[in-house]
This record gives sequence, structure tokens and C-alpha cells, in this order.
Amino acid sequence: MIRIENISKRFRKLHALIQINTAFVKGQAVALIGPNGSGKTTLIKSILGLVKPDSGSIYVDGKSVAEGVDYRSRIGYMPQIGRYPDNMKIGQIFAMLKNLRAGSATHLDEDLYYQFKLDTILDKPMRTLSGGTRQKVSAALAFLFDPDVLILDEPTAGLDPLSSEILKEKILAEKQKGKLILITSHVLSDLEELVTDIVYLYEGRIVFDKKLEEVQRETGEEKLGKAIAVLTRRGLHKQEMAYLKIAK
Amino acid sequence: MLKISRYVLYDIVRNKVTLAYTAFLLVVSMSLFQMEEQSSKAVMSLSNIVLIVVPLVSMVFSTIHWYNSYEFIELMLTQPLSRKKVLLSEYLGVSSSLVAAFLVGVGVPVMLYHFDNTGMALILIGALLTMVFTSLAFLTSVQARDKAKGIGAALMLWFYFALIYDGLVLLVLFSFSDYPLEKLTLVLSSLNPIDLGRIFLMLQMDISALMGYTGATYKDFFGTSFGLIYTIGIMVLWILVPLWLALRSFNKKDI
Repeated sequence: MIRIENISKRFRKLHALIQINTAFVKGQAVALIGPNGSGKTTLIKSILGLVKPDSGSIYVDGKSVAEGVDYRSRIGYMPQIGRYPDNMKIGQIFAMLKNLRAGSATHLDEDLYYQFKLDTILDKPMRTLSGGTRQKVSAALAFLFDPDVLILDEPTAGLDPLSSEILKEKILAEKQKGKLILITSHVLSDLEELVTDIVYLYEGRIVFDKKLEEVQRETGEEKLGKAIAVLTRRGLHKQEMAYLKIAK
Repeated sequence: MLKISRYVLYDIVRNKVTLAYTAFLLVVSMSLFQMEEQSSKAVMSLSNIVLIVVPLVSMVFSTIHWYNSYEFIELMLTQPLSRKKVLLSEYLGVSSSLVAAFLVGVGVPVMLYHFDNTGMALILIGALLTMVFTSLAFLTSVQARDKAKGIGAALMLWFYFALIYDGLVLLVLFSFSDYPLEKLTLVLSSLNPIDLGRIFLMLQMDISALMGYTGATYKDFFGTSFGLIYTIGIMVLWILVPLWLALRSFNKKDI
């Protein structure tokens, strides 16, 4: 469904992405993990066309994302930091997007909108919202048009435990409907309940791209956090060996 | 596209800066028409103010508006909307609100007190200059990610077109005063929309007799209907070219 071929991106001296190749299909729930600054958000933004890669191409359903923008009507995106026009109210944002998307969206999914009780604070201007409430707005907007692909950048960061649970249940429900879900998060315990695949990024490269069970089997660890720790330590070990070789 | 422009317009109307701008223009034009006994003199003074203030306000307002609506632009770009559509809707929203402010603030008083060729020319030039400088402001703000840099660049461009350029032209004219320069000055004036507007306005006012040979050349050229078409054509180029360049760099930009 999404195919990424040889994507590279540089921000001045920083290599944000280096020769990324991967593909995601329907029904998968993929966790994009990696340390801060490893290129997760850049990869996501490249899929959305917000960041223009220096080389390589990305295909959504066989069509290059550089060619048209219609594919975005099938993607729900929840940004890491939701930034919204300051002087618009919550209600206006929802009304505006519904109006702009009128026609392309056949069915509205307002589950989160009601579960987060956004309908009770429609008159609040966006600039007065707390970080958590902003996240709720972002989440409700991402799911609103019932998209086939959900791209969630740190979805649970800043949410209270109850809301975080509501969101996770929603993600699971959508996954069961056979949608493609891409999640980045640093809360690995959240991820292990949700995802089927793990993509680990480090300094702009994919270190591994495996099924969740595979990772658990290889490392002998049930907990995702520990499994990742084992794998990265192994990776580091390899790196150290390489350095030692050079030193010798 | 009009849908997005509507939201841009709504945002602009709400923050009241354009209303203040309209009021300012209205007060200036009304008081000039009240003070001067001859309305043609008032139009003359008004045109001087218009040629300085309209480009400055258009440029600064558009630049600040661009940076303030960056979140809005980001949100639009996560939707199935092309960058071209988003940028052009922004331009349409901003320029139409500024043109409307100008038409109410200067256009209405001029139509009430001095409705002739000169008055019409003033309204036309003012509206065109608004669109030209909004377009230039879009170009600078798309290129500079930093707000202070963007506003600085906008102000520098205004200084250049409003003040520095004239100095440079004078320098050229003095240094080469032994040569026939009529054709050259014609070309030079087209390279600055404010100058072009000023010359076009002056020639409607019958003071070109005071401008010597160059004035006569200008009169021959701009006094005709071809001159009118030429002026509008060059102004439209001044609107389209910066906007096209802005669009090109916006298409490559990382959000």
C-alpha cells in the first residue's frame, strides 16, 4: 500500500534519512521506533509530502506522492506537535475541515470526537488549549474522515491515562478493520499491545524491519522494551567491533 | 480554492488591522479633499501618499500575515490540497482584503470629490500597487523561514523601490546627461512599479509640461491608450512573476 524506495534527505549537514527502503501493506500496524533525531518524523512527513526528499520516491497504492495530492484524502495524520490557527475555535476547525473535505469523505467517524468530549468545548479558542487537549483535537481530526491509512506521530504523548486508553482502543479497533497504521512512540509498552511490525531507525538508516513475534523470538524477551534493548546492544556491539578493527 | 480564501479573509477581517488601514486611508483622503479648495490639488497630494503608504502597508501586512498563518498553512497541507492551491488562496485572500481596504479608503472619497481621468488613474494604480507588493511580500516570506528575516527583507525591498531606486536612476541620468536618455528612462521606469505608477499618474495631471524633453517623450508614450495598456501590462507582470517565483520555491519547501 505504501512503498518507499531509496529515500534520502539532508538538512544542511545532517543526514536525516539515508537510502530508506521499505513497504507497508493493509492490515499492518507498524511501530517506527528509534532515538530522538533518528528520522522518524522526517520519514512520516515525506510520506505526507510535507518534506520533499532529495532522492528516491514514495508510492501510495502504486502512485507516486510527488504526482498528486488526492492520496492524502486516504491518510489520517496526527502530528507530534499539533499546531493550529491560534484564533480559531475548536468547533471552527472541525467545521472548516469538514467543509474543505466535503465530497471526498463519504463517512465521518466521530467516535473520538465524542469520547474526548470535544463537543462540550467547541467555543474554546485553540490558543488557550493545553497540550493534552490539543493532542485530543489532533487525534479526533486524524480519525475523522475514516481514512485507510493512519499515521500517528507520538499519539499518546501528553495524554492523561484515561484518554490514552481511549485512543489505544480506537487504534486497535481500526487495526481490526484492516487499516494500515503507522505509529511512532517512545512508550514501548504502549506499542506492544498495538503493533504487528517493528521498524527501528538509527541515524537515518533502518537498522531492522521485522515482525513483532520475530523480534520477541530472536531476543527471547517477551517485553518489547527489553527486546529492543537487547537488539540495540547487539547492534552497538557490532559497531564497537568495527571501531576496534579500525583502531587496530 | 475560494473555500480556503474565505477562511483567510475571515481571519483577516477578524484581526481588524485592515479595518484600521481602511479608516486611516479614509481619514487622510477626506481631510485632503476638505482642506484643499481645488480637488485636483488634493488628488495630487493624495497620490504622493498613496505611492508611499500603499506599498509599505501591503508589504508589511502580507509578510506578518504569512508568518502568523503558518499553522493554518501547515494544516491545509496535510489535507488533500495542493501547495499551489493553498498559496494562491492565501494570495487571493490577502490581496483582495487589502484592495478592498484601498477602494473604500481612497476610492470612495475620490469618486465623491474628483471623479475624472486622474481620479480613476489613482484608484487603478493604487489597486495594482497593492497587488504587486503583496506578491513581492509573498516571495520574500516564502523564502525566509525566520520571521525577523522575512520582515527585514520586505522592508528592504520597500526601501529599494520607494527611495533607493530613484536615487540610482538620478545618478545614471546625471552621469550620462550628454546622451539622449529618453528611451532608457522609459525602460528604467518599468523596472520599478512605484516609479511606473508615479509617472503614469503625473501624466494624467497636466504637469508633464514642467518635465522637459523626457516629459514630452513620456507624454507621447503614456498619454496614449497604448500607454495605459503598457502600464497595466507591466504591473500585471510585476504581480505574476514574483508570485510564480514564490510558488516555485514553496513547492520545494520543507514544512
